[in-house]
Amino acid sequence: MNFLSALGAITLAFCAYLGQVTELAAETFRSVLAGRIRPGLVLRQVSHIGFGSQMVVIVTGAFTGAVFTAQTFFQFARLNMESAVGPVVSVAMCRELGPVLTGLMVAGRVGAAMSAELGTMKVTQQIDALRALAVHPVDYLVVPRALAMLISVPLLVGECIFFGMLAAYLVATKVLGVGAAYYLMNMHKFTEAKDIFMGVTKGFVFAIIIVFISCREGLHARDGAVGVGRATTEAVVIASLAVLIGNFFLTMALNIFFPAGVSQ
Amino acid sequence: MSRIFIDVKDLVQRIGVQEILRGFSIPILRGETLVLLGKSGGGKSVFLRHLIGLMKPISGQIFVEGQDIAKFNERELEPIRRKIGMVFQDGALFDSMTVYENVAFPLRERGERHEATIARKVADTLAMVNMGGHEKKMPVNLSGGMRKRVALARAIVSPPEVILYDEPTAGLDPIVSDSINKLIRRMQRQLSVTSVVVTHDMVSCNHIADRVALLHEGKVYFYGTPEDLNRTKDPIIRDFVDGRSDEVD
Repeated sequence: MNFLSALGAITLAFCAYLGQVTELAAETFRSVLAGRIRPGLVLRQVSHIGFGSQMVVIVTGAFTGAVFTAQTFFQFARLNMESAVGPVVSVAMCRELGPVLTGLMVAGRVGAAMSAELGTMKVTQQIDALRALAVHPVDYLVVPRALAMLISVPLLVGECIFFGMLAAYLVATKVLGVGAAYYLMNMHKFTEAKDIFMGVTKGFVFAIIIVFISCREGLHARDGAVGVGRATTEAVVIASLAVLIGNFFLTMALNIFFPAGVSQ
Repeated sequence: MSRIFIDVKDLVQRIGVQEILRGFSIPILRGETLVLLGKSGGGKSVFLRHLIGLMKPISGQIFVEGQDIAKFNERELEPIRRKIGMVFQDGALFDSMTVYENVAFPLRERGERHEATIARKVADTLAMVNMGGHEKKMPVNLSGGMRKRVALARAIVSPPEVILYDEPTAGLDPIVSDSINKLIRRMQRQLSVTSVVVTHDMVSCNHIADRVALLHEGKVYFYGTPEDLNRTKDPIIRDFVDGRSDEVD
């Protein structure tokens, strides 16, 4: 009975959490539809989220592409399939590694900053001050962050994919001795536009997951500095897990629209 | 026009298992300064937060110019909040903005786009609270009294009809407290606003109050003028007025 009541409590807490995130997303959507958009704040957030995250995304994409290429080469060389390294790495970067790595990096860098900033505002009554000044916190704080994430994350995914593929090409051709012509021909043959569409679509979905989880955590922070720390940790952990779990279901769903390798 | 601006009826609020307000009722008259006294943790600030819709009561009504705002949602409260300014206990200034940006914030949010007009109104308002010359400072670099002055400037820059003060003199030395009290009085004279001041500072109460209410065990225990309060022989009120506790030395 204790096990059942514990299970019930966890299920209820999960449903309540999901409800709060959904309600926040719905309120944000209503605000955007009503035109309560502050372009200056959106631009500032694009600069912070998009421009400021480039270095971490480029380095992550490039070194993951490089190491993935090396490992694939070591295995494929035993089968004399070195020229297949290009398509394997590029398809993996486009469909999985690019969006997932970008999602995790953004959750860590931007999600943490968002929940910490909103959490600090919450515990120091700055959000109450906004409300007292007749400014809805969702309009002022969440809408600019959500729009900036929707603009920035798909572009960051594209950047991660590009630098991953570039590093893979350089490692394969300059370090491991794969013929550049074979590498590029095979990569071009097996990598299609739909692979990139799939990656970018995942970028949109991950942006939504990260921004609403991080903002929800920040807006519900309490108990002072300890509460802000807790909210920040939870935002990163929950958003990262949601990206990884969501990625599986997204892959299965998007494979219906962008089936892998069918046209070859 | 009714003399009653805000009418609170049978307000009940609970925090956890503790019943903070137990049927709290009070009328707030247009143009008066009402001081709400009571022990620390007695529910004064909780009551103040209800007047601007930052908290919803478990039961009871809060009529602002005849409209029961207890039933309003966040969007419906916005027109009411434009009539009411609030000065939070520690100022609640936006710490990512300078003093100037904090005070300009309500003007920009209410659609003022002309930068020269904003600059003039901010300068005038900061001068009213004796904070001219501090425009470029960040809130973290201000003292407690200065933060309260800037918070007051932010609350009055777009002139409200009511100003709510949450412990305006708490944590300040007697001289700064006196200057804040004079400021509250000056605001009432210059802007003819209705003021609700939550405090446990009797000096402040005697200086600024037109009417006083004492909150005791979640209800209004006393309601009258400061003179009535100082004359009363009721032991509960006397203990509060004279600053006596039940503890033995």
